Amino acid sequence: MSVVLDSIPYARFLGVEVDRTGGILECVLPFREEIIGNPILPAIHGGVIGAFLELTALLRLIDESGTDRVAKPINFAIDYLRSAGPTAARAGMARRPYAPGGIGQRKILGVNAQARGPGTRRATLIRPDHRG
Amino acid sequence: MATNQQYALGALFGPGNVDMTSHTPHARYMGMRVVETGPGFAVMTLPYRPELIGDPVRKVVFGGAITTLLDQASGLAVACALDVLRAIATVDLRVDYLRAAAPGFDLFARVDCYKVTRNVAFVRGIAYEHGPDDPFASCLGTFMLGANRGGTAFEELVRRGRGEPS
Repeated sequence: MSVVLDSIPYARFLGVEVDRTGGILECVLPFREEIIGNPILPAIHGGVIGAFLELTALLRLIDESGTDRVAKPINFAIDYLRSAGPTAARAGMARRPYAPGGIGQRKILGVNAQARGPGTRRATLIRPDHRG
Repeated sequence: MATNQQYALGALFGPGNVDMTSHTPHARYMGMRVVETGPGFAVMTLPYRPELIGDPVRKVVFGGAITTLLDQASGLAVACALDVLRAIATVDLRVDYLRAAAPGFDLFARVDCYKVTRNVAFVRGIAYEHGPDDPFASCLGTFMLGANRGGTAFEELVRRGRGEPS
């Protein structure tokens, strides 16, 4: 999986890491200056939270489907529960039912070191092996 | 909502004013710039760079980078819709990917803040590379006003702009 991660320039740009210590794939986003949106709090940029959750969804999809091709996202919605930081953020996924036609709905939970979510997101992705 | 006369924040957040992006470390890191602002709207650009690619085969910019551009432009649009600047925090944001963004092109986002209540601002926006008539993504979001205790970078910026002590 780290090979896939390394092949995605944007994942390196954000500094995302993969962690399997809990038995399932989770992603870790170390806190650093470059991802800050509000330097006074300080808090991670809202867009970075969204990007991080989307990246987690993609990596889980790649992990489970056995393909190394990146799925095409259709849409997603993020609910921001509170500001995140200045600790590392973690993201795992809660549900992954597949709908017919290669379109999957995923609910992704973002969890940080204090075990409270900076954001949740519902994502719709097209499975990369789907022709459509 | 801010009217033309009340759009006093233009001097702080208008095009060419680097403060809007330079005070946000991640916007600076991504290389975002303000293109245009006006009462209740903002246009920002994210120049194409290889680091933003999400699909190494198609060379398409990662969707999350587009989310960040739309989020940043949304916050700016809200700032441009307020009579008095307050803390602005994203409550929720939904993005629809209408098509893939063309590889190699600078990306643009235009967001309009179409409603402001006492505590909440509502925005809608599009992202495009060739022109606003052919967007590759759209968004709908809500922002909470005055949510953060202890001030925000925005407020800090305004204080500095007015020559007040921070």
